[in-house]
Amino acid sequence: MSQATALGHAEHKPPYRSSKLPDVKLLMWVFLASDCMMFGAMIGTYLVYKGRSLVGPYPLDLFDIPLTTVSTFVLLMSSFLMVLALDALRKDKISQFRLWTTGVIVFGTIFLGFQVFEFSHFMELGLYQKTNLFGSSFYMLTGTHGIHVAVGVLWLIALVVASYIRPTASKDAVYLDIAALYWHFVDIVWIVIFTVVYLVDFV
Amino acid sequence: MASASASAPGLLGRPTGTRGISSWITTVDHKRLGILYLVTSFIFLLAGSIEAGLIRAQLALPEQQLVSPDFFNQLFTMHGLTMVFLAIMPMGIGLANYFVPLGIGARDLAFPRLNSFGYWIYALSGIMIYTSIFLGGAPDVGWVAYAPLTSLSANPGNGVDFYMIGLAINGIGTLVTAMNLIVTIVNFRAPGMTYMRMPLFAWMMFITSFLIIFAFPPLTIALVQIVFDRSFNFVFYVTQAGGMPILWQHLFWIFGHPEVYIIILPAFGVISEIIPTFSRKPLFGYPIMVLSGIFIGFMGFAVWSHHMFTTGLGPVANAVFSITSFIIGIPTGIKVFNWIATLWGGHIRFTVSLMYAIAFLVTFVLGGITGIMVAVAPFDQQVHDTYFVVAHFHYVMGGGALLTFLGAAHYWIPKMSGRMLSERLGKWAFWFLVPGFHIIFFPQHLMGLVGMPRRIQTYEANIGLDFFNLASSIGAGVMGIGLVLFLITLVQGLLRGKPAGDDPWDGRTLEWATTSPPPAYGFHVVPKILDRDPLWVLKHPEMLEGGHYQGDLAAEAADDEEFESFHMPGASWMPFMTALSIVMGGYGVLYQNWFLALLALALLIFFVFAWAFEGLGGEHYTVRKATGEIVSVEGGH
Repeated sequence: MSQATALGHAEHKPPYRSSKLPDVKLLMWVFLASDCMMFGAMIGTYLVYKGRSLVGPYPLDLFDIPLTTVSTFVLLMSSFLMVLALDALRKDKISQFRLWTTGVIVFGTIFLGFQVFEFSHFMELGLYQKTNLFGSSFYMLTGTHGIHVAVGVLWLIALVVASYIRPTASKDAVYLDIAALYWHFVDIVWIVIFTVVYLVDFV
Repeated sequence: MASASASAPGLLGRPTGTRGISSWITTVDHKRLGILYLVTSFIFLLAGSIEAGLIRAQLALPEQQLVSPDFFNQLFTMHGLTMVFLAIMPMGIGLANYFVPLGIGARDLAFPRLNSFGYWIYALSGIMIYTSIFLGGAPDVGWVAYAPLTSLSANPGNGVDFYMIGLAINGIGTLVTAMNLIVTIVNFRAPGMTYMRMPLFAWMMFITSFLIIFAFPPLTIALVQIVFDRSFNFVFYVTQAGGMPILWQHLFWIFGHPEVYIIILPAFGVISEIIPTFSRKPLFGYPIMVLSGIFIGFMGFAVWSHHMFTTGLGPVANAVFSITSFIIGIPTGIKVFNWIATLWGGHIRFTVSLMYAIAFLVTFVLGGITGIMVAVAPFDQQVHDTYFVVAHFHYVMGGGALLTFLGAAHYWIPKMSGRMLSERLGKWAFWFLVPGFHIIFFPQHLMGLVGMPRRIQTYEANIGLDFFNLASSIGAGVMGIGLVLFLITLVQGLLRGKPAGDDPWDGRTLEWATTSPPPAYGFHVVPKILDRDPLWVLKHPEMLEGGHYQGDLAAEAADDEEFESFHMPGASWMPFMTALSIVMGGYGVLYQNWFLALLALALLIFFVFAWAFEGLGGEHYTVRKATGEIVSVEGGH
């Protein structure tokens, strides 16, 4: 023990890595690459089945573009808050980090609220998962995206709570950084879904 | 690892035992997990072989009724599922677990607990799929499980649910392990281990891991679509609602063809380690071997529709996929020529490992040639779904990957156990396994050309199939004897084998620089890596001087550090518990037992958080670099 304390300088040196990316960040990038294929397969399914439903309701009967534009805007703004939160943590401004991250959580939850409203509204209008191919592929695609948002919200709540339990500082920023990467990715996927699923039908 | 958790005490302690069953369940050591992978996959290999034996027994004579048609369907489905997902692919991953970190001079994978999680997902989902036998019958839809055969109306039993849910869970384990390997290879290479100095096995696993992360998600989505159809009344593949069975085929083969390379590229890597070692020559054309591996990886995603030539994609699509399938033969051929060129003029030692490697070359080239044949769309239309195709893919998967991994056992088990396997017994096993393999599968080409379809329970006498089928079944017996002999070789070697010493083969790569078996932390001191074949140039420094070595030797050999310190991770229950909750959720969905499913979800969330916030555990080592002496070991609780 005492000998190791004498060698203390060696302990605090960060371990050698053969690239400059932190391990967890690299893992997140690789996961997102894989997740692209996951959403790719679902968006592919949606496009293959587009216009092939035998019975209604069809997309044009249901989509309310102004409403979805508002929820899209909320989600995009949450990404903006995410950038502010990460910047604050990197500068050791812990209370600001908590404020902006809570903002992201609130905006993410609002987006989920919109989605719950949208799903129940569509079901009132007669679109269930069993109704037609549109229902199946739409609910699976947007539902999986919603689960991604929910996981992100849970994750960010955990980070904010953890910051009260144990000291959090700029050296921990990489853990918020990977959550932010994930959050921005989920955001970008929504932009693709909003364009390909919602907007294209109105062109 | 995590600096945040290092600075703060965790909420939960971590297990510290090193013996007994619980230490194997909680282990995060890449070497122990590698052994677990290899043992588990070998057990599944035996199960898959028994299924194959029953298939061949049923087909030995015409118009037999040893097994019923229903059971026969279950047999070939489980045989395919087992061999592809539970036996051969995990063998490659198990070898990678053990030898990629050692080969690149790392002390463990980047995320040890994630590694444990990947193993337990694999093992538990495999067991889950096998429980289907006792819970209403195994899946009986073939390993490709084409829609709409898998729909609830066509297949009301539980078997298909076990296939879909079990395999979807299985894919999670494969995915996280591949991600782990990528991070390990990018970030955990020892100083001096540049990309172009990595052992070819590490390179091939690097490429394989990328194939896994891109190929598995489409399969997962396709499986989940079927689960949704069957359990939640979705209509993805319900033909009355306009669902298109061909979508399943596309999603399945976008996964399925890269899967072929996910299985064979690790074997290529193993062959590229065995052949240079036993030829006492560096691998011929190392950069080209790497590049052709990468090229195979890319092209692997551009050939999937050659499995679908008979579905009516049209002449343009058929032509394009024919041509891409021919092109993928080029890098594969380059590899074969490079292996032959490595052997050429070498000081060859005919060990059992090298014998398997040469058997691989012959068998794999035969499988490759039939591969080019079935890539010709008009020819494929004739032999599609016949035994010709069965023969083709068994030549590449069984003869290619499986024989290689048996050779790898002879090559690497001395390192893993510290004991040599008997060469004499090994040769007996070899001379049953390899000829047995060819006796099984060569006649199947001819059966296919005569017109015998796959997945058929029996056939009429005197239509030109009797002799070929009997020969094939006799071959199965011969290969079965070989497998038993191989098992005896393993047991005898592990119990009574001669001590192996650190470097029994006069090896070239870093794993031979440490003890056999290696300590938990891999190396006392990671050797200096000055060139490709790092251990060889350390043993023969004259190879560096005046050779092709271009770097600054003095600068690379200089070392200003007296001590090296590193942290070895603590064991953990969380990966196992997380995997267990996921499989529990699988059973919940399967039996539509929502209480069980929600309980599993709650447990999953609990264990994920417990995982994130448990203490660091493990031990902190300090080593004197000059001597390799361990100066201190500190607990990291």
